[in-house]
Amino acid sequence: MLRKVLYIDLTKRESWVEERQGLFDQWMGGTGVGIKLLSEECPTGADPLSPEAPIILSIGPLNGVFPVATKAVATFKSPLTGELGESYAGGRLHLAMRFAGHEAIVIRGKAELPSYISINDAEVKIKDATSIWGIEAQTTGMILREREPGVGRRSIIRIGPAGEAQVRYAGVVVDTYRHFGRLGLGATFGSKNLKALVISGTETAEIPDARRYREVYNRLYSTAVQTDVMEKYHDIGTSVNISVLNWLKGLPTKNFQLSSFIDAEKISGEMFADNYLFRRLSCAGCPIGCVHIAALKSAFSPHHEFEVRKVSYDYEPIYSLGSNLGVNTAEGVLRLIDVCERMGLDVMSAGVVLSWATEAYERDLITPQETLGLPLQWNNVDGYIKALENIVKAPNEFYAALAKGVDYASARFGGQEFAMALGGNEVSGYHTGPASIVGQLVGVRHSHLDNAGYSIDQKAAKKQLDPEKMVDEIIKEDNSRGVFNSLVGCLFARGVYTEENIIDALGAVGITKTKEDLQTLGESIFEEKYKFKTREGFDLSRARVPRRLFETVSTLGKVTPETVEEMLRLYRKKRGWS
Amino acid sequence: MGDAIAEKAKAEAKPRKRRRLKVAHPERCIGCLGCMFACSRIHTGQASLQDSAIKVVTQGGIEGDFRVVVCRGCENPPCVRACAAGALERKPDGSVVFHKDLCKACGKCEEACLVGAISLGKEGKPIKCMHCGACVDFCPHGVLQLEEVPA
Repeated sequence: MLRKVLYIDLTKRESWVEERQGLFDQWMGGTGVGIKLLSEECPTGADPLSPEAPIILSIGPLNGVFPVATKAVATFKSPLTGELGESYAGGRLHLAMRFAGHEAIVIRGKAELPSYISINDAEVKIKDATSIWGIEAQTTGMILREREPGVGRRSIIRIGPAGEAQVRYAGVVVDTYRHFGRLGLGATFGSKNLKALVISGTETAEIPDARRYREVYNRLYSTAVQTDVMEKYHDIGTSVNISVLNWLKGLPTKNFQLSSFIDAEKISGEMFADNYLFRRLSCAGCPIGCVHIAALKSAFSPHHEFEVRKVSYDYEPIYSLGSNLGVNTAEGVLRLIDVCERMGLDVMSAGVVLSWATEAYERDLITPQETLGLPLQWNNVDGYIKALENIVKAPNEFYAALAKGVDYASARFGGQEFAMALGGNEVSGYHTGPASIVGQLVGVRHSHLDNAGYSIDQKAAKKQLDPEKMVDEIIKEDNSRGVFNSLVGCLFARGVYTEENIIDALGAVGITKTKEDLQTLGESIFEEKYKFKTREGFDLSRARVPRRLFETVSTLGKVTPETVEEMLRLYRKKRGWS
Repeated sequence: MGDAIAEKAKAEAKPRKRRRLKVAHPERCIGCLGCMFACSRIHTGQASLQDSAIKVVTQGGIEGDFRVVVCRGCENPPCVRACAAGALERKPDGSVVFHKDLCKACGKCEEACLVGAISLGKEGKPIKCMHCGACVDFCPHGVLQLEEVPA
């Protein structure tokens, strides 16, 4: 396999390929190669929305080759946090990149006019997108599908109006239903006048040892489909967690004022599956099919005339746009998700921004004058839809502030103690205990998926884990996920890819690694990311923990600031930081 | 010797059958493309979508329905009739065999198949389904089945 990087310069309207074998040898692929390229490309202190800030898309050596290695990673400077931006998407992008022959793509500069990138094998074109600027994300996909080649094996990634307006938590919609959701890649696209990227290819991934390849493939495949390692994703899907976390007192409700929702049953995964689910889809290369699609049917006249929206749902959007906003109907949640899809907003940040705004409105920190007469109240779905549209349009200073994230808005209007962000990123849907808080705080992208602190808390609920053990677990996950994300596997399938299986799968594609090699790689990737974070101003010792997290009872009871401080002290010590 | 003759007679007495791939439940497809990867992996040892004889086609992206395209194993195969070089041969049992060395890469077989079950590989030669059933084992939802039909 020839390992190379495709460079695209939007300002100069040029593209070229560089062979970077050494880069891939050392950093594997995916997030390892991504952080290295970002560090090379992004000047220190660059404005994330300036032409100097690059976008890196990368995959790893197992994508398109082995089952459930179904993600691609985007690495960029986050317009939301001003430091490391890293986001993962499923769908078909990983596959299209593999068969177009591009394991890593660097996008530099800024197009003069709205544009999109079309990649078909080695051919790269920068095309005019002025006529589709302003169009919603879903429709953009429909239009490009008609214009571009590669049906059935391509990927179309695009932004909606939120990305164009550079809302700091705008996402990029990938192949409909999947997303580079978090940390504002959509705004970065918008700042580059980049509406979309379409990629397809016809290459073959050559495998040196076909027999070994088939053997390892069969083993991984049967682990994924026949054992219970991915059970949770088969049936109800991730939204099964609504009931579980509600029962565990870990389901953030009404901006984390509560950790269980009286109406949880009405928005539970079971409710969605029984009444709205009509289809499940999978990312290319995954037999599980965890993408749950609901049909939202509503009458638009009394004469039996209906519109049907197909909306994908998961646990996180139901938390952020459901329980956390006090929304107690599945229809309400689906309508809000649908608006985010069309606008191209990250559902998690959007929900947390609205939940802060609702509480701030309740406490008179903001008034109808700021909201333009809109009553921001729990469960007011119509109001929330209007507010989301206003965030994109930014008709006044208040909505413009909301478009910059909850840290910014609360610094301007007050209520920081209940502005639910950690490391500048709006928090995920777990009030499970200290490991979730510390995990998101120290994580490289301040996501629950950096080290799954929420899962460590839940483990601790069953058997006593002292703060030191929790910190050890966080560090272990931080590092091992760096390796897995270099491959780039789906985290739902992490149980399939044991260290032994990773070594065997890599062996089948001609990459020899030992356990020690992988551990060292995981540590190096983490260090490289922290180097970038520190360079761009992140300082863990000054990171803010909203007081609300200490006030509301969690799965593990009330979390004290002392516990979090102690864990952070241990974390620093074990990382060798002074 | 006598045994072999008896075996042969027995085989001839039995109605002849062949195995044929069938898209039994297209509406259950989740678009994982596992069948396509299985086809190329098992027949070429490589990971490829292009070299797969089976195809999962989207209509309107993944928002739309999937169409699973497989060779129907026709009684009177248009692909065989279209091949002037005699590279595609229908055997007495009804299966169609591809003689790669005879193929002139004219592409007529691809045009002849209305279903779209034949695609051309890198050399312009057809990728022909052998009805081996390798893909069936990698379909998580039983979309595909291998059926027995009279020869």
